[in-house]
Amino acid sequence: MSHKTQVNGTVNGQSTWHRYLFTGSVIMLCLWVLVPIYLLLVNTFSAPEAVSAFPKKAFPDINTESVEFFIKYSGVAQALWSSIKVATVTMILSISLGAPAGYALSRFDFTGKETFRVLVLMTRAFPLPLLALPLAVMYIKVGLDDSVLGLALVHTMLALPFAVLITYSLFSGIPIELEEAAWTLGCNRLQAFVKVIFPLVLPGIAASAIFAFVISWNEVFAAAVLTIEHRTLPAFLLQGLGNAPLHLKFAGGAVLVLPALLFIFLVRKYLFSMWGIANR
Amino acid sequence: MAEINIKQVAKQFGGTHALHSIDLTIADQEFLVLLGASGCGKTTLLRIVAGLETATSGEVWIGGHRVDKLAPRDRGIAMVFQNYAVFPHLTVYENIAFGLRMAKLPQAEVDKRVNRTADLMHIENLLSRYSGQLSGGQRQRVAVARALATEPAVLLMDEPLSNLDALLRMEMRAELKTVLAESKTTTIYVTHDQVEAMSMADRIAIVNEGRIVQAASAVEVYRNPAEHFVGSFIGNPPMNFLDATALGDGWWDVAGTRIKGPSVKQNKLQFGIRPEDISVHSPKTSNPQDSPSATIRVLEPLGSHLLASCKVDNQMLRVVLDSDASVKAGDPLHWSPVADRIRWFDPATALAIL
Repeated sequence: MSHKTQVNGTVNGQSTWHRYLFTGSVIMLCLWVLVPIYLLLVNTFSAPEAVSAFPKKAFPDINTESVEFFIKYSGVAQALWSSIKVATVTMILSISLGAPAGYALSRFDFTGKETFRVLVLMTRAFPLPLLALPLAVMYIKVGLDDSVLGLALVHTMLALPFAVLITYSLFSGIPIELEEAAWTLGCNRLQAFVKVIFPLVLPGIAASAIFAFVISWNEVFAAAVLTIEHRTLPAFLLQGLGNAPLHLKFAGGAVLVLPALLFIFLVRKYLFSMWGIANR
Repeated sequence: MAEINIKQVAKQFGGTHALHSIDLTIADQEFLVLLGASGCGKTTLLRIVAGLETATSGEVWIGGHRVDKLAPRDRGIAMVFQNYAVFPHLTVYENIAFGLRMAKLPQAEVDKRVNRTADLMHIENLLSRYSGQLSGGQRQRVAVARALATEPAVLLMDEPLSNLDALLRMEMRAELKTVLAESKTTTIYVTHDQVEAMSMADRIAIVNEGRIVQAASAVEVYRNPAEHFVGSFIGNPPMNFLDATALGDGWWDVAGTRIKGPSVKQNKLQFGIRPEDISVHSPKTSNPQDSPSATIRVLEPLGSHLLASCKVDNQMLRVVLDSDASVKAGDPLHWSPVADRIRWFDPATALAIL
């Protein structure tokens, strides 16, 4: 009896210790992500002279001077427009190429399927700087340099692996019997897809599209190397705000980070499912 | 209104043979059940008829047309799946109407047919619901209604009741049988549940390891198993098998008793008898020479009868006793087989000897 109690005690002690460690790690990670975002927001909406002040007030008086100045700053509007164009083209290309690949991975058995899945991920391991210069040279040769399409192609390359894997998990979540039932009820493959599968995966496809949009929105290296006139917002900020006062840097940072954060928050459920984490 | 002909259909997955050259004809309006353990190939055969799986070789004919090269939608079939496969984004009405809309029927006709099949399956009050708002039994009714609404020549059902609980399954079994008898379609129904098979089928085709070992009526497969496997698979408890040694002139020694059997050349046969085809005698009246003795090991009171598992000659023998028989474990049991219910099997081929 006493022996048994002791065993239980050890197990409980261990799990308590584990729980402390786990909770501690979670808190650390949250702080690591949230503190910079908090400082970014606070400084963005502080008066320019309050930016370097310390300690900070927890809830600063809202002052939109920096933001207003930033938005009127010449070139920002154009860069924003370029960003939206590039990200939209990236989104369309990623989904129209990635969704069929995801469908094929989930529905068909073909030689090299597992290798293909790994390779899709491996493309993310390929360093972009290594690719950027040869790409710039080639773009100049074929006339794609400094163009929306050219940059969108590079961003599609970055976003495509995610589009493939997210849509793969989406299609895998839909029982094949639904499709088979549609075939026996008079559909060909395409009709079954359009009438049954597509309506069911639409929310997930939208999420995957938004994710591709965000990847393009956040990408700075290729944008800086491949564009001059048609700079996207991150590349423009990298160039234009390098020597700008601190409060403007914060404003620019916030404009970049907030849409991305918002979008990722909207599609978080699908990003989790991509890695097999249950959605709760 | 179609006869189905399956001609030498075989299927291989990689190196394994899922089906070995199946030949089977299903008559117009017949209700045929493919019965077998899981993994025996029965679902593969059904999916080949549906066109969801391609046969490695062989032909499938439906209503006089060769269909094995056609897409599922061109075969004149409808199918009910084990997991129902009710479209979750459509209402029950639209689910049932799905096949009719694909066939481009006018709205009035769609309406008429949906309402009729919904009435038939008793789901007329669920028409505006979605699949997520239905119970398993209701979903199964929707799936059947959806298949019947297209008025298919052939209805294929893949273990449609196996996800339902026992009571509901019994209720649906009887209901399906009535509905399908009225609908006049030719039906192939796959199940691993022998009670379901026997209660519903016009004819049962028993599938074992990719072969159809017997295709006959429920009574026939029960009374006259074509193979050892059929006897041991059909019936709960299954048929008893005891070793028999030749004594010459068609007499056989079964557990120390002389029993008249077939006159064949073999030295060894297997003697088969159903547990309920055994009569039990009181020790006083019986002569040990013609009534072998067994020892009762386990008694299972099953309400309608008492099932005794006995040892005879180190072999298992199950006997169905009257539920108020006064016996206990360890008692000797004097038994004899009902003569015209004895079946004999060749141990080498496992086939029945007629």
